[in-house]
Amino acid sequence: MLALFRRELQIGVRTGNGALTGVLFFLAVVAVIPFGVGPDLNLLARIGPAILWIGALLAGLLGLERLFQADREDGSLDLMLLADNRHMTALTVFVKCLAHWTVNVLPLVVVTPLLGLFMNVEPVGILAATATLAVGTPAITFIGAVGAALAVALPRGGLLVSVLVLPLTIPVLIFGVAAARGAVADPDPFLPPFLILAALMLFFAVIGPLAASLALRWGGD
Amino acid sequence: MGSGMTNATPQASTLSGRLTALANPTRFLALADTLVPWLGGTALAVLAAGFYMAFTAPEDYQQGITVRIMYIHVPFAWLAMFCYSLMAASALGTLVWKHPLADVALKSAAPIGAAFTALALFTGSVWGKPMWGTWWVWDARLTSVFILFLMYLGIIALTRAMDDPGRSARAAAILTLVGFVNIPIIKFSVDWWNTLHQPASVFRLDGPTIHTSLLWPLLVCALGFTLVLLTLHLMAMRAEIWRRRVIAMRRLSARAAERAAR
Repeated sequence: MLALFRRELQIGVRTGNGALTGVLFFLAVVAVIPFGVGPDLNLLARIGPAILWIGALLAGLLGLERLFQADREDGSLDLMLLADNRHMTALTVFVKCLAHWTVNVLPLVVVTPLLGLFMNVEPVGILAATATLAVGTPAITFIGAVGAALAVALPRGGLLVSVLVLPLTIPVLIFGVAAARGAVADPDPFLPPFLILAALMLFFAVIGPLAASLALRWGGD
Repeated sequence: MGSGMTNATPQASTLSGRLTALANPTRFLALADTLVPWLGGTALAVLAAGFYMAFTAPEDYQQGITVRIMYIHVPFAWLAMFCYSLMAASALGTLVWKHPLADVALKSAAPIGAAFTALALFTGSVWGKPMWGTWWVWDARLTSVFILFLMYLGIIALTRAMDDPGRSARAAAILTLVGFVNIPIIKFSVDWWNTLHQPASVFRLDGPTIHTSLLWPLLVCALGFTLVLLTLHLMAMRAEIWRRRVIAMRRLSARAAERAAR
């Protein structure tokens, strides 16, 4: 499993494009918002955490359809499915999701503080937004794995994956933004939504890979 | 599906035996042909009675005549959820028992469910305009029904995206089940997020809070619309089976023509 993780990491880093495109997309989405709502710094500070979350959510969906497609094209997906008796497919999918998250989504979390400065969010809010993103984005990857596995055989499945996955990520978005806002706005609590967010992440870490492995096994040709 | 003329074992006594017998599409078609007129007729009769009761029921002292929208809005909302449960059961049928009609049921139920959900949203919006003063509010219940609508559309898109019916059936079944697991979570999180809609007033542990003069017409209308949904579902399943037969026959005739040309 460690070898698989390292392999995925190396493929992700050497082909290189995914992470950079994701970060650029995140940057572009966040940069477009002030043009839409006006340059009022107070308003931007209030909606800042929400914008960071929406941008990260959309950017996290961006590279998902490639999660299994490359492996399907060069045949390694079949080998992973055949090795089911030695390494459970769900576990393989889980490791692939982790590697995908490390390569493509972790950079988004890393640049979040910088974008938070653009949005005039105060330091505590930036810290909270980064922490919630670090905990919440794996859940998006795990849910997205199901969509990616369902659409793996489709030639242009990318848009379909986003359409299928977005409604399912709404709870993650709600609790992520609630926690990030709770750190800044005084009456709202920070810890309860943050803990629920962590629970959601762990829940999807089980459900997502399991459903994705079922979809891969039954959807294969 | 086209020429599956296997002789199912004649154990029609148990429920599972009966379901196995229905796996033969010809037998299912015969049953659907006899059931559809009766179901449809009963649905129309019950609905007519329900509407009569609804229009003779007293008006609400606060809401006036707009309360009559309830008699169609609430059944639509119930059926939106009922239809998704039906699809989840069919998804289990596809994945666990590999029942050949389960995927037909799932595929043909999705558009009907989406239509009922859209009607629930529309009638709710028409009702909300005089009551709340706005067509749409981002309230917890409205939002979760809207998300349900989006999930219906996603399932429809997925079932139409693949050519091979067997593969798209399994994909749609997995997506339906994942969505079914997610629905309580979405409901809970949206409740946390915002609430304005009135809480449940019919299915409660301490009895319904709605007056019986309004409750009976509502229940009759709900029964009528459920029968309408079942009739439409049977008709859609019949059409889907015919469609698959036509596709299978076209392939056969194309192959025969190719062989004749050689």
